[in-house]
Amino acid sequence: MFLAVDYRWNWAGVWRYRGQFALGWLTTLGLSLAAMVVSVAAGFLLMLGCRGRWMPVRLICAGMVELVRGSPLLVQLLIGYYIIAEALHAGFPMLVGIVLLGSFHAAYLAEIFRGAVESIGASQLEAARAVGFDRMQTYRFVIVPQAMRRALPGTTGQLVSLLKDSSLLSVIGIEELVQKVRVMNAASYAPLEGYLPLAAAYLIVTLPLARLARGLERRFAYET
Amino acid sequence: MKLEARSLVKRYGSHVALDGASFSTGPDDARVIALLGPSGGGKSTLLRVLGCLLVPDEGHVCVDGRDLPHDEVGAQAERRGNGFVFQGYNLFPHLTTLQNITLPLQEVHGMSALQAEQRAIEWLHRLGLEGHEHKRPSQLSGGQQQRAAIARALAPRPRLLLLDEPTSALDPVMTGEVLDVIRELAEEGQSIVLATHEISFARKVADQVVFLAAGKALECSPVSRFFQQPESNLARQYLEGLSRYR
Repeated sequence: MFLAVDYRWNWAGVWRYRGQFALGWLTTLGLSLAAMVVSVAAGFLLMLGCRGRWMPVRLICAGMVELVRGSPLLVQLLIGYYIIAEALHAGFPMLVGIVLLGSFHAAYLAEIFRGAVESIGASQLEAARAVGFDRMQTYRFVIVPQAMRRALPGTTGQLVSLLKDSSLLSVIGIEELVQKVRVMNAASYAPLEGYLPLAAAYLIVTLPLARLARGLERRFAYET
Repeated sequence: MKLEARSLVKRYGSHVALDGASFSTGPDDARVIALLGPSGGGKSTLLRVLGCLLVPDEGHVCVDGRDLPHDEVGAQAERRGNGFVFQGYNLFPHLTTLQNITLPLQEVHGMSALQAEQRAIEWLHRLGLEGHEHKRPSQLSGGQQQRAAIARALAPRPRLLLLDEPTSALDPVMTGEVLDVIRELAEEGQSIVLATHEISFARKVADQVVFLAAGKALECSPVSRFFQQPESNLARQYLEGLSRYR
């Protein structure tokens, strides 16, 4: 296919920017990892909020989930960074980017977690009450361990999406991998070359992540 | 043990599971009380109310002269003093048989890991589950799972053991295994409330029978009187129906 396209490849130009490429890759990894932690923690809290006892908390959490899931990440990044963070004098674009990206995926994870938690049968909850567990112990010892396995496939997919979505952070001036490649392509007059190693750089992370998740699923596997 | 219920009502939406059930098992102490009656009559709901797993919408229950609490904190304290066994075993599938027993002992009853393990192994061996300690529930037969569930309920030494049709999901051989265990416990003096359709077992083991139909306690009498001279027509029909093919 590459041969069929009449295109002069200029790898030498791209090779000169390998240091920048590596820096961009590390930035992408670092901020994605931090955003993953934010998204899992915030997603879990949102899920608890959506299942909470107090109606106002339930409404606020459900509203946030729907609002975030219903609008494009690009718009959230622009509004979040140029309006909200600016008004709050937040500074640190990297930190703001991590929070915005993490929050976006937290809304999706909250729904994945909620589905997993609600799939735990009423008989398990009744058994937990019968052995004397309180609400907290029921979550800790009965619901979360069982829900975790059910949430794993969906969560992995979401985290892979997060990694790829991190490329959008270039709109708020973060020089992550995709932005570095754009600069690199422009500087070396090579419009396409950077994108092939770029795809490989993402796959190096996403493929083992999917493999790790399958391994964990097997580890937690038990028949119900 | 003495049980007394006054005008118990429990509704699930428009369905009324307990419809003003009242009975009293006194004056003599009963070790084993059997709840009998047709399916949908309110046995399981009554058992859950007695075990504080459900709070009735109206009415009161007295166990040995104590009014059962209607608030969550009081109900939880009460639940921690009871053992409950369900029709579908309800073991925790992600834990081993041993962990199913030790986890509540440690987390609810404050026992050390070592004490809890010793207590759990003692019960598992007593109920014939030697060698199955580290298996997950799905690796056990139905009868073994139910015996593990009984071990989990008994390990904290409950005042009251409540069993909800513990053999309904089991084949005749496994049913025999589980009924043997319950009979032994009764002979040792464990207070038991049992909802069941095993009338010949109830007849042998129970002291008192509460007969429930359509959410009402139609009869509450000593076991011999209930089986020889049931007062209500429904109880008579129920006994005749169940004994027709036995």
